[in-house]
Amino acid sequence: MDESRPIFTQIAEQIENDIITGVMAEESQAPSINEIAVFYRINPATALKGVNVLVDEGALYKKRGIGMFVATGAQHRLVEKRRLSFSAEFIRPLIAEAGKLGITTTQLTAMLTQEGTE
Amino acid sequence: MTAIVEVSGLTKRFGSLAAVNDISFSIEENRICGLLGRNGAGKTTLMQLLTGQDFATHGDLRVFGMSPVENASVLHNISFIKESQRYPDDFRARHVMKSAPWFFRNWDSDLAERLVDDFRLPLDRKIKKLSRGQLSSIGVIVGLASRAPLTFFDEPYLGLDAVARQIFYDRLLEDYSEHPRTIVLSTHLIDEVANLLEHVLVIDDGRIIIDEEAETLRGSATTVVGTRAAVDSFVGSRTVLHRDGIGGLASVTVTGLSAQERVDAAASGLELAPVSLQQLIIHTTNTTDREFA
Repeated sequence: MDESRPIFTQIAEQIENDIITGVMAEESQAPSINEIAVFYRINPATALKGVNVLVDEGALYKKRGIGMFVATGAQHRLVEKRRLSFSAEFIRPLIAEAGKLGITTTQLTAMLTQEGTE
Repeated sequence: MTAIVEVSGLTKRFGSLAAVNDISFSIEENRICGLLGRNGAGKTTLMQLLTGQDFATHGDLRVFGMSPVENASVLHNISFIKESQRYPDDFRARHVMKSAPWFFRNWDSDLAERLVDDFRLPLDRKIKKLSRGQLSSIGVIVGLASRAPLTFFDEPYLGLDAVARQIFYDRLLEDYSEHPRTIVLSTHLIDEVANLLEHVLVIDDGRIIIDEEAETLRGSATTVVGTRAAVDSFVGSRTVLHRDGIGGLASVTVTGLSAQERVDAAASGLELAPVSLQQLIIHTTNTTDREFA
């Protein structure tokens, strides 16, 4: 766990990742709150808060008495959401660091192309 | 939310020393609460008062809505695991496991058996021949298997190795998830338990100085590092929890930075670092600054 951010946010992101990569398929059952708490060694109340982020987004839904399931269309919606924040989270820090080191945008583009083809 | 423990204006004096000094707080039902503080801060005294093992000098104290002193209906529901539990001289661990169910109505002997295996506790050796860590593991086993609605662990793991402590945390979480109950965990190993806690009480010099949700405390403080001039101008009139400095660099821990202030700080070339619960407590209970010119 990363000290600088709330644990429940990190739990929500971890579940999102599993849905995006298809590890958790749509309409399959998600791990229970207790399983998440024990696995990540966190308080169950924190695990619940993390899961509720995904319930609020509509990525998970509850079946009464059975548990939590991945909603149909969740994977596509989460990918769209992550794409929107991709620039702020990855591109801008990349450009800032490149600027610090005197790497021009042209050089950066060339580096991206090269890395991408390797 | 129901408060299991309600304390108001509680004081315990030993002669001229106020070990617990006019404190008020409550503990909600079915939570894991950390009771943290330095040696001699008043943690054990407070737990002795809450479990009816000592009398308050003054103040009001309710556990399950009643005074715990000489009150069987309250004490039946409490399990108090002490750092230095004493046993009869010729007792073996087997005798503890056999007699514990007489006192705890929720005792789970299957869980106790499993924990004995986990901790590799020799049941037939005399307790006074056990190592310090093995002695601690008896307490941990009794505390978990008693499954009391209100369980206190007071520094439960003196001498327990890192593997055994991890087993304790894992079993605690597993069993708490399946059988929610109120657990008060007093420990010095704050980093190890930080993620298990839902609520945090910090006691210092007999007073409660932090009474907050663990999630709120997390990320509530930030260390700002940069040149002295930049740090000073950013900090301004804020409350400073801690300050270090060397040469032209300063490192200052402050609370309550907004998202915008974080952006501003980063823009003015300052580095921001998160402060762990343990660091936060060290900074709030130890006000010594270190400045190297």
